[in-house]
Amino acid sequence: MEPKPRFLTILDSISAVLFVVALGMVFFYAPTERVMGAVQRVFYFHVATAWVGMLGFMAAGVAGVAYLRSSDRKWDTVSLAAVEISLVFFFITIIMGSIWARPAWGTWWTWEPRLTTATIVELVYAAYLMLRQGIEDPDRRARFGAVYTILGFISVPVTFLSIRLYRTIHPTVFGVSSPEAEGEFSMTPSMLQTLIFSVLTFSVIFSSLLWHRIRLGRLAEKVEQLRLKIAH
Amino acid sequence: MSQGMRVVAGETRAAQAGAGSFLRALLAVVWKDLAAELRSRELISAMLVFALLVILIFNFALELDPRTRRTVSSGVLWVTFAFAGTLGLNRSMAIEKDRGCLDGLLLAPVDRSAIYFGKAIGNLVFMLMVEAIVLPVYTVLYSVNLFQPGLILVILLGSIGYTAIGTLLASMAVHTRTRDILLPILLFPVAIPVLIASVKASAGFLEAIPLEEIMPWLNLIIAYDVIFIAVAYMVFDFIVEE
Repeated sequence: MEPKPRFLTILDSISAVLFVVALGMVFFYAPTERVMGAVQRVFYFHVATAWVGMLGFMAAGVAGVAYLRSSDRKWDTVSLAAVEISLVFFFITIIMGSIWARPAWGTWWTWEPRLTTATIVELVYAAYLMLRQGIEDPDRRARFGAVYTILGFISVPVTFLSIRLYRTIHPTVFGVSSPEAEGEFSMTPSMLQTLIFSVLTFSVIFSSLLWHRIRLGRLAEKVEQLRLKIAH
Repeated sequence: MSQGMRVVAGETRAAQAGAGSFLRALLAVVWKDLAAELRSRELISAMLVFALLVILIFNFALELDPRTRRTVSSGVLWVTFAFAGTLGLNRSMAIEKDRGCLDGLLLAPVDRSAIYFGKAIGNLVFMLMVEAIVLPVYTVLYSVNLFQPGLILVILLGSIGYTAIGTLLASMAVHTRTRDILLPILLFPVAIPVLIASVKASAGFLEAIPLEEIMPWLNLIIAYDVIFIAVAYMVFDFIVEE
């Protein structure tokens, strides 16, 4: 087995440090929001995990295209790793959103475009994992997986658009928001800095996790090959 | 110069012959499916009975009294079509796989996408046939007039998108261990946009909402059809590749 690369160890420590700093910024540097109070602090990690999760799903789709073009199994490993981590990140986003929505909207859950789309995205990638589980031949598993990540990633914006045609109450902190949005607030510079720092932190955490997961995927592949060798 | 023109003419003729053989291959696949179905009638009858059962269950589950009927009809119809559709999609691919026909089809010296479009059109025809029977039955049972040109257009467009993506995913699901369970799980999350838009557009026509308010939904269905037919065309080769 290949030893753990030195840079990965460094990346792990950087992620840990950044996370602690980001946590400190969220609680002590960013001001308390006037109307919503302390619960608004959920916002920083909520946006950060959502952003990184979405990026991960996009990376999985891109890796899927790369796999179909090159038939190089490493892209399949990357694709699977990105999907698994993004699924967890997106789930965290949804949970944190719920915690915020309870006091801000008065409900844990509402069938609003972003929430609904997030649920559907989770279901798409859960289906992706089930698809992979059902196929034994590794090449076919990689091909079908690549096709499904591409389909999934194309369907996400269309889904969002289709649900968006209903009205929305989700606040839009950047850009134009709908008149019905509830729980809006405008950001002070220190809030914006905290947000950007959180996004950066989670991007680093994501890359570190991705790297670990890719290493794990390579090991799993090796185990599979050895098992096939014994079987024959 | 005349030689150049002759080359161009030759290329055009070759392209025409290519398009002609593509079309012939596609029609052959469609015809094969229809002929097999005409003899056995197992697919259509299963889809149809299933569709009627779903409507029957909805009748009790939703208490379809005259007032609620107007607003929920489109939803009931599309859930019925979607469920019956998965049944047909699964079956049409399972038949090919189990009897070894898929390998035979793939050995044929035709473009792979002709096979995809052939199967997709075959599935679309089955789905439309079921819909053509469900609509009058529903009209009679609930005295809601479903024979409106707008609604029929929506059903046609929605079914095109649904079978386009459904055929692609069914040809994937058929190769897995858990194929019968897997198809709806793979299909529904990806097909949600076309289902939402179809339900909304159908409801719009049933409630006689002005056309400008229905147009966004219709556009969405058309966009979905175009995007997913194009994607399916591009990736189908990778699914059937051995």
